[in-house]
Amino acid sequence: MTTMTDPHQGSFRLSMLIYDSRYRSMTIQIVALIGFLTLIGWLISNTAQNLITLGKEPSFGFMLEPAGYDINQRLLDYDSQDSHLRAALIGLLNTLLVAVMGCLAATVIGVVVGVLRLSKNWIVSRLMAVYVEGFRNVPVLLWIVFAMAILIETLPPPNAFRGENPEATMKLGETVAVTNRGIYIPEPLFSRGIGDAHVFGDTSLRFDVSLDLIALASVFIAGLLISGLINRRANATQNATGVRPTVWYWRLAVVVLPTAILLWVLGCHMGYPELKGFNFKGGTHMRNSLIALWAALSLYTAAFIAEIVRAGILAVSKGQTEAANALGIRPNKTMSLVVLPQALRVIIPPLISNYLNLTKNSSLAIAVGYMDITGTLGGITLNQTGRELETLLMLMLCYLIISLTISGVMNWYNESVKLKER
Amino acid sequence: MKKTVFLGALTVAGLAAGASAAATLDDVKARGKLNCGVTTGLVGFAAPDANGHWDGFDVGVCRAVAAAVLGDAEAVEFVPTTGKTRFTALASGEIDMLARNTTWTLSRDVDLKFTFVGVNYYDGQGFMVPKGLGVSSAKELDGATVCIQTGTTTELNLADFFRANNMSYEPVPIETNAEAQQQYLAGACDVYTTDASGLAATRATFEAPADHVLLPEIISKEPLGPLVRHGDNEWGDVVRWTLNALISAEELGITSANIGELGAAAGDNPEVNRILGTEGNLGEMLGLDAGWAKAAIMAGGNYGELFEKNIGENTPIALSRGLNAQWQDGGLIYSPPFR
Amino acid sequence: MSDLSYVRAEMLPEKAPPVSTSGAVGWVRENLFNGVGNSILTILSLFMVYLVLSALLPWVFSPTWNAASLNDCRTILAGHEGACWGVINERWPQLLFGFYPNGSEEGTVDQRWRPILTFVLLFVAVIPVLFNMISRRMNWVLLLGALGIAFVTRGGVLTMIIGVALLAGAAYVAFQLFNTNKVDRAEEIASGAKRLPNPLIFSAVFPFLAPWLLWGGSIWGPIGALLGFVIGALVFRAVTAVAGSLMGIIAAVLSAVIWWLFLMGGFAWAMESIISLGLEPVESRKFGGFMLSITIGVVAIGCSLPIGIVLALGRQSDLMIVKSLCVGFIEFIRGVPLITLLFVASTLLNIFMPPGSNFDIIVRVLIMVTLFASAYMAEVVRGGLAALPKGQYEAADALGLDYWKAQRLIIMPQALKISIPGIVSTFIGVFKDTTLVSIIGLLDPLGLSNAIRADANWNGVVWELYGFIALMFFVFCFSMSRYSMYLERKLRTDHH
Repeated sequence: MTTMTDPHQGSFRLSMLIYDSRYRSMTIQIVALIGFLTLIGWLISNTAQNLITLGKEPSFGFMLEPAGYDINQRLLDYDSQDSHLRAALIGLLNTLLVAVMGCLAATVIGVVVGVLRLSKNWIVSRLMAVYVEGFRNVPVLLWIVFAMAILIETLPPPNAFRGENPEATMKLGETVAVTNRGIYIPEPLFSRGIGDAHVFGDTSLRFDVSLDLIALASVFIAGLLISGLINRRANATQNATGVRPTVWYWRLAVVVLPTAILLWVLGCHMGYPELKGFNFKGGTHMRNSLIALWAALSLYTAAFIAEIVRAGILAVSKGQTEAANALGIRPNKTMSLVVLPQALRVIIPPLISNYLNLTKNSSLAIAVGYMDITGTLGGITLNQTGRELETLLMLMLCYLIISLTISGVMNWYNESVKLKER
Repeated sequence: MKKTVFLGALTVAGLAAGASAAATLDDVKARGKLNCGVTTGLVGFAAPDANGHWDGFDVGVCRAVAAAVLGDAEAVEFVPTTGKTRFTALASGEIDMLARNTTWTLSRDVDLKFTFVGVNYYDGQGFMVPKGLGVSSAKELDGATVCIQTGTTTELNLADFFRANNMSYEPVPIETNAEAQQQYLAGACDVYTTDASGLAATRATFEAPADHVLLPEIISKEPLGPLVRHGDNEWGDVVRWTLNALISAEELGITSANIGELGAAAGDNPEVNRILGTEGNLGEMLGLDAGWAKAAIMAGGNYGELFEKNIGENTPIALSRGLNAQWQDGGLIYSPPFR
Repeated sequence: MSDLSYVRAEMLPEKAPPVSTSGAVGWVRENLFNGVGNSILTILSLFMVYLVLSALLPWVFSPTWNAASLNDCRTILAGHEGACWGVINERWPQLLFGFYPNGSEEGTVDQRWRPILTFVLLFVAVIPVLFNMISRRMNWVLLLGALGIAFVTRGGVLTMIIGVALLAGAAYVAFQLFNTNKVDRAEEIASGAKRLPNPLIFSAVFPFLAPWLLWGGSIWGPIGALLGFVIGALVFRAVTAVAGSLMGIIAAVLSAVIWWLFLMGGFAWAMESIISLGLEPVESRKFGGFMLSITIGVVAIGCSLPIGIVLALGRQSDLMIVKSLCVGFIEFIRGVPLITLLFVASTLLNIFMPPGSNFDIIVRVLIMVTLFASAYMAEVVRGGLAALPKGQYEAADALGLDYWKAQRLIIMPQALKISIPGIVSTFIGVFKDTTLVSIIGLLDPLGLSNAIRADANWNGVVWELYGFIALMFFVFCFSMSRYSMYLERKLRTDHH
């Protein structure tokens, strides 16, 4: 803060390190650095000494030993003979899955609730206030436990689907089963599929890529691109002649037809869930632990986001709404075209930190038995190997990378929606 | 300014805790309190009552050691530990011994460097299923959803069992027994697996215990016992022989009822005399006073009394002695001689 | 003109508005049924409220308050659905105070007045810092009253006398307070009437008093710690006059640290041997329930405030190395979940400390939660600093104040005032996050609920405990957030 410049003096004296503002900042910084390095050195030497006493030399070799435990929700293939590293990877993917799902859902719920809180309907705005205050003022850990308990207690167990006159039946024409173990839905299968590509061979980082899905995606994207091309040509014609040729059916056809043909070639059919043995088999399903965690995290975070959205909307000056009304724009359109875009600038920065909070809160997944990275690497692996230092270092590093990435991406977005001052 | 809240906390509370030097026995004596690690709560084994007074089978062992060393069964600080924190708490010296139904395994002994001083409960991992499921053997559980308590050896045993029998299953890992119980009762899992004692304790508190059966298979050996750090053999001996004293007391018929009489003067049975300190100098060898074992037994009774009071057939948990009967009665509970 | 009889000569009286737009009906029409969409929303909402209440109320009102076990409850309810409130009846003191000595063990006395007194005093100490709405005298009435009641209820002749004296003092000040008019008093003060000492003095003493009350032990330890600050302040004054404020700060910090590290122990020991004055020590292991949550929350916020200010200043400074150290620390802490920091506290912190040192889990948790809170606090303070108009910095420079003086006299008082709502919401966040300590085995309310279920009588009780805990948290957090909102409004109007 000091902006004064001292008069130049010919000779250098030691006391200038403190009294001369040119050198003083250097002195302070060097002292701070030395202090910091001493602290770090002290911590490291303590740790080294203690670890030698305990007889635990730090090493990450244990990560390649078989984990020995099973994980229920695995986005990649895994069994108990895979390494701890693989288990950590599965956990990391689960963390990312619930974080992404949670952020999306929280945003949607938060925006809706935030807008409804400003509704003129008294009972609706009150209810929303009750929701927001209720969720914001009770610890998220309790909400997670609550959500799980509600799912378990209110939904029917698979057993209830059994027998002549079952207590529960499958929904949507016998295709979807809602149980207290999860929700089972049909999945697409390929009878003439072209198989999977195996990446990274047999290592802990291996994963399979379904070539069917890649083929489908590429055909679909190619269709979209061609459709875009047709659109551009139509635009060009319109610009040149003033008459726009009718091309929508062409555009639809190039997207839908090749995809449909490919689906037929691959022999796509739906696999439906059905009750076999103890559980529903077939189809794909979302486990209760994921649903509970997802619901609790997104409802909790949405309560904060709703307040942010509300504050953002209120921050847009009333003149904007009135101007929109004067232009004859309808109230719904005013909200989506005039108010929300302007409110976004106020909303985005606190939104970032709420996304970060959600991701970090997902580490409470162990409370409902969702195997995220805290449950695998920081949970069972830590318990079984007794390698606290190594596992916790890796765990923190993972979260740090996720957090920094999120804030990086969102800061970039923030930069791009900033008011452009020319 | 408020930095000193922390300083105050450090000075007042921090200095109270002792150092984790080798001579644990001296530390405990100097402190006047035994720091004993227990679970955060497990029916029958360790739980605080409404006044914060801890009770249970594991707690009984802690109290016996405190009585042997300090002469006061109440001179124990109970440190609740989780599956994750128990070993670090012991390794770092925060607790002097751990009595938290911990399974004795090679890797815990050798790799984590702890000394298991004995076994106070022979357990094994079992399965509980609702009767309505019609399952009579664990081999029929292919495809079942299994609730497991995490942070234990349980999940490893389970993975091994299903792999060995070439069956598939869906693990539902759960942090606490209470939540596992809730999920199991609601039908969110078909099977609940944990130590057989835990299953029995859990079933005992159900509204209709008869609707649930324990499957005959016990898929693992779970010898549960108290443990101490490697490298302090004197302290390990104290804990080991306190446990043995409780066991021998039952074998020799020393109970909390007749101990006053037996311990008053040397009697006919030399081993009883040696245990109760009326003959020989066993206490001195351990670095304790002569009445150490007497105090330990008086703390909560002998092994059998502890068992009956906390988890025995007259309690809601209603465990039978089974493997945990004395060796003369066909069990595995056996103490080396006091000589 | 008089024959124009069809022209009204006087105004008609105003008619009441039609029933449909005024009164309850009008309100309902205006607010609930103004349009098809809104009507549907209203009906849906009402239906939802009905569903929730009809499921909840019969459960909540269940006659089980005196049941002694879950089986008792089942007998009382005889097959009906209903809560088992007996568990709350039996365990609520435990949920509030944890294992704090309650006199049930032989040879102990009920010590629970200490946390209660600390809690009350916390409010008295915080009021002059946060509220600006009660008078100095009112504050002293509260303080003397609280201490007086505490002394009187302790029993014993001496404490009784002190307590009565304190209460009499409180009554006297209260009498004066009610006897003088606000406006008159303001005039008196303006004309130089004697005032009571500033209650901020007590706020400064409280951080030393509170640990002593909670943890007990000799009173000379906290007094010694307090003396360190006094010595630091004296040295700062003396050295600043001679060698400038930077040297002053360095000398003050050094002298205080030397006092704490080398001299304080001796002082406390010497004083203790002369006059032994103390409370029965209570180990931090005995802390539990809401008392533990509040202790962790308050200690973390209290300690994190100075650290947060330093970090925020470091982050704002032009010194590259200092800045990057601060940014690194803040981003690291904010980038990892609290639970991993708690795992560090429970499993690693002892490894980082010199061999042989060992402090118990609650102190370790306090350290990690403080570090956690200080990163967030730094961001709050930074927001306050950024919100200050640039003119304030420039004016301070123009007055020729150096950096520390400018911070101390101009910048910080204003920046901290703006940050109070942020500080309160950080506190709410930390307070809620204290539930995480149950995962590492501490017996906070959630951890206790688990321990309670391990009692064979209550095995299987879930909702009653969680509901009670959630309600308690809600009451605490909601009132604090309301207060923070009120403050925000007040601060906002101050600007215009």
